[in-house]
Amino acid sequence: MSGMYDVSVTVNGERHQRTVEPRLLLSDFLRHDLGLTGTHVGCEHGVCGACTVLFDGEPVRSCILLAVQADGHAVTTVEGLAPGPEQLHPLQEAFWECHGLQCGFCTPGFLMTLVPFLEENPDPSELEIRQALSGNLCRCTGYQHIVDSVLLAAAKGKEAK
Amino acid sequence: MKPAPFEYQAPDSLDAALEVLARHGGDAKVLAGGQSLIPVLNFRLAQPALLVDLNKLAELSFIRRGEDGGLRIGAMTRHRSLERDPLVREAAPLLAETVPWIAHPQIRNRGTAGGSLAHADPAAELPAIAVALRARFLLRKAGGERWVTAADFFQGLFTTALEPEELLVEIALPPRPERTGWSFQEIARRHGDYATVGVAAQVTLEEDGRDDGRCREARLVYLSVGQTPVEARAAAALLAGTDLGPEAIRAAAETASRDEMDPTGDVHATPEFKRHLARVLTGRALRSAAERARAGRS
Repeated sequence: MSGMYDVSVTVNGERHQRTVEPRLLLSDFLRHDLGLTGTHVGCEHGVCGACTVLFDGEPVRSCILLAVQADGHAVTTVEGLAPGPEQLHPLQEAFWECHGLQCGFCTPGFLMTLVPFLEENPDPSELEIRQALSGNLCRCTGYQHIVDSVLLAAAKGKEAK
Repeated sequence: MKPAPFEYQAPDSLDAALEVLARHGGDAKVLAGGQSLIPVLNFRLAQPALLVDLNKLAELSFIRRGEDGGLRIGAMTRHRSLERDPLVREAAPLLAETVPWIAHPQIRNRGTAGGSLAHADPAAELPAIAVALRARFLLRKAGGERWVTAADFFQGLFTTALEPEELLVEIALPPRPERTGWSFQEIARRHGDYATVGVAAQVTLEEDGRDDGRCREARLVYLSVGQTPVEARAAAALLAGTDLGPEAIRAAAETASRDEMDPTGDVHATPEFKRHLARVLTGRALRSAAERARAGRS
């Protein structure tokens, strides 16, 4: 049995303090300890990308990060994307409009990968989009509608400016 | 819980980390970016008694010009920082060209240069680049340190010169020679996946050469074709003194892929297919490197 560690993690702007075993994965911490089940776990060894969250603003795979490593850091999950309960994030809206999801299991990971991508690269080419989402697996859409969604979100973002 | 239980320490200075390793080296695993280690823990392929987390060691995260004009990289520098840093593009363009090939963006945000090198996966990009660039690694332990060349560091499959109580703390790249071109080529089933085969090429032309200047030195280092990064020295020697024309390149690609590698097959590629890819990629890499060297975009 290993010791327990106090961690203080800011998730979607709210600070949470818990006592955890060091072997607790960040993905399980978010889902089980905080009840934030929007972060999905697929492969649990860093291949499928479903568990992607933002760690200090950068997308990372929460299934290959320990909860103790998040102590003192800021995490954003898919629950933190929409501006309010009645609204969607512009990228979520584009996914909805372009049919960028079918079963939806992989969607939180795609969103958390692509939101910072669009912030850094607001006018991406299709190739850049395909490379950006290469670390996320989707078994329904064949990716085409996901690429369309990102292109739409980028176009709308340009219009808004 | 996926991993088996372990104790955890996150020292806040390098000296403290070295003390912990001096006491527990054999039973401890060092956690850098964790992008290979934590999957291994999740599968319970490794069950270390203690994890020593280096992520609080800000002193190991840096990219700066060395006194010799080369590049110094702290072991905890993340791939993403290498990818974005203008100094890397200027001082080590081969490294800059290769970093976007390392896994996926999510992995590059966490994975570290030192972690990738110490893990010594023969399918990884950085070990091959380190050999091609004649990198040296600073290994430190409580009360001592030593420099090891990349060629001596990689000893076998996931096996390096590191002793259990040692840490890889810094990577030194020598200054870039004049009139030098570079290229990195890789085939993977999906962008960001492990390479089926990859090659780093660097060619240096004679300094007094005209525009069709002859080759003074060439280097070819492969990933995913052996137990370590594989350097094709005989093929590179064939290129010295040539004009790096199609004949010379064909001969080098033939020698490297036929005589200087021993790839094992997997479900995606037979050894013969890997040799074929190595031959084709060698040609592409050498043509591109030669063109860059001639254009003086060195």
